[in-house]
Amino acid sequence: MDALDGNAIAGQLVEVFGAELTTATGVCAGCGASGPVAELEVYLEAPGTVVRCRSCKAVLMVLVSRRGVTCVDLHGFAQFDVGRRIRE
Amino acid sequence: MVELLDETPRVRSVVLDPPDWGGHLAGQHVDVRLTAEDGYQAQRSYSIASAPEDEHLVLTVERLDDGEVSPYLVDELRPGDELELRGPIGGYFVWEASTGGPLLLVAGGSGVVPFRSMLRHRAAAGSDAPARLLYSSRSLDEVIYRDEWEGLGADVRFTLTREQPEGWTGYARRIDGELLAEVAWPPAERPLVYVCGPTVFVETAAEALVALGHDPARIKTERFGATGGR
Amino acid sequence: MPISRGFRGRGRRDDVDPGRIPPGQYLTGDFPVLSAGPTPHTPLSEWTFSIRGSVDDPVSWSWDEFRAFPSETVTRDIHCVTKWSKLNTVWTGVSVDTLLEGVETSAEYVLAFCDGGYTTNVPLEDVTGGRAWVAYGYDGEPLDPEHGGPARLLVPHLYFWKSAKWLRGLELRADDEAGFWETYGYHNYGDPWKEQRYAGD
Repeated sequence: MDALDGNAIAGQLVEVFGAELTTATGVCAGCGASGPVAELEVYLEAPGTVVRCRSCKAVLMVLVSRRGVTCVDLHGFAQFDVGRRIRE
Repeated sequence: MVELLDETPRVRSVVLDPPDWGGHLAGQHVDVRLTAEDGYQAQRSYSIASAPEDEHLVLTVERLDDGEVSPYLVDELRPGDELELRGPIGGYFVWEASTGGPLLLVAGGSGVVPFRSMLRHRAAAGSDAPARLLYSSRSLDEVIYRDEWEGLGADVRFTLTREQPEGWTGYARRIDGELLAEVAWPPAERPLVYVCGPTVFVETAAEALVALGHDPARIKTERFGATGGR
Repeated sequence: MPISRGFRGRGRRDDVDPGRIPPGQYLTGDFPVLSAGPTPHTPLSEWTFSIRGSVDDPVSWSWDEFRAFPSETVTRDIHCVTKWSKLNTVWTGVSVDTLLEGVETSAEYVLAFCDGGYTTNVPLEDVTGGRAWVAYGYDGEPLDPEHGGPARLLVPHLYFWKSAKWLRGLELRADDEAGFWETYGYHNYGDPWKEQRYAGD
């Protein structure tokens, strides 16, 4: 079961944040690696979606859908900057 | 739903006319959700195969042997059926003609779908950005949109990894650094590179391109996956 | 929401006693692989299993020592919080009772810890009394890495996220500490028959 990338959670992120976020930049609190959400390591097949740093594998973000409501935990990021919006 | 097109033995295109569709960018995808009578739901993402300029929205789906959604879409879906979609989605793995090139597209299997959208958009927009597609497929029978590639005004090269027709003079192996060095522009040309396909394919190709000297910041990747389950 | 004509989920069979399927679950013939991270590949020569925490004498066994314990083969139904249930799964492993034999403790809770950092918490009484194993075999074969091999915790009476993959030990504790999924909103206990999926259920 190979991991995917942040493109695979684009829809979930729109659901939670109301915005296209795959171009947002995150900085890993574990190792300082930075890059677009689209390039992060994503594990979809789980009780929740787990997003990890491609370099150090630290957990950056976890999304859990609880009866139709998605909760997101971002504490693995030292920084998270929303990128330019492509379109509404 | 307007029409269903069988592209290859395992791949089908679904032509749709969603009400209130506001258009999309080449490279974006939609999320398709299926609901069974007992309420069970399954959802998957599919890249949009049509260009923003095309009349209808087209999704192309490959049937995965242990898939849950793809066998339904490829084998069961009939004209007149309804599909629940969310989208268009995605802002990273997109290309607009205004971005320019040169444009290098590297596809593994059904990873070629978003590139059909990009190359059709490029042609419709009258872009003169040089474009090259390297498409890795197991055999010629499995090449999707086989009759379309010639007419798109891009340099399309195939590599057939498992089986080649008699007299085949093209590439016949999995993508590696040597193959990419022959097909890609030199790093000095600073091409925009898009790589799409299964995770292992994408990582092999992207790493090889970086090893050849291409700027990682100009390489965009999109990984497809088979769903987990055995 | 629209019903997708003719759609049925993967591998669902209806010829089963409904009393064996907890509420909200669907039967599967597959064995889905769900992971929160990359599959670890600890060589057996480096693998250890530890009992630590609120114990007088923490202990750690090598793979060979662990495999020397008496083991058993059991058949159980398993239930994943993502709604699939799989019946009559066959596991081979060492009962947690066997591993805790001779361990003196007043601890009431266990935190299972694993390669890759995954953890899950269970009351001590839920992994004793013949209710849990450290399993190294599935269906007569060595446990596949993607299903948690070399060894995983097996606690079939709770949702399967409690059956931690790539298990490296049990930490006995006087107080309960939430594990990975429990921290992200899943139920602290996880009884499938009471449909305790999320915190507060």
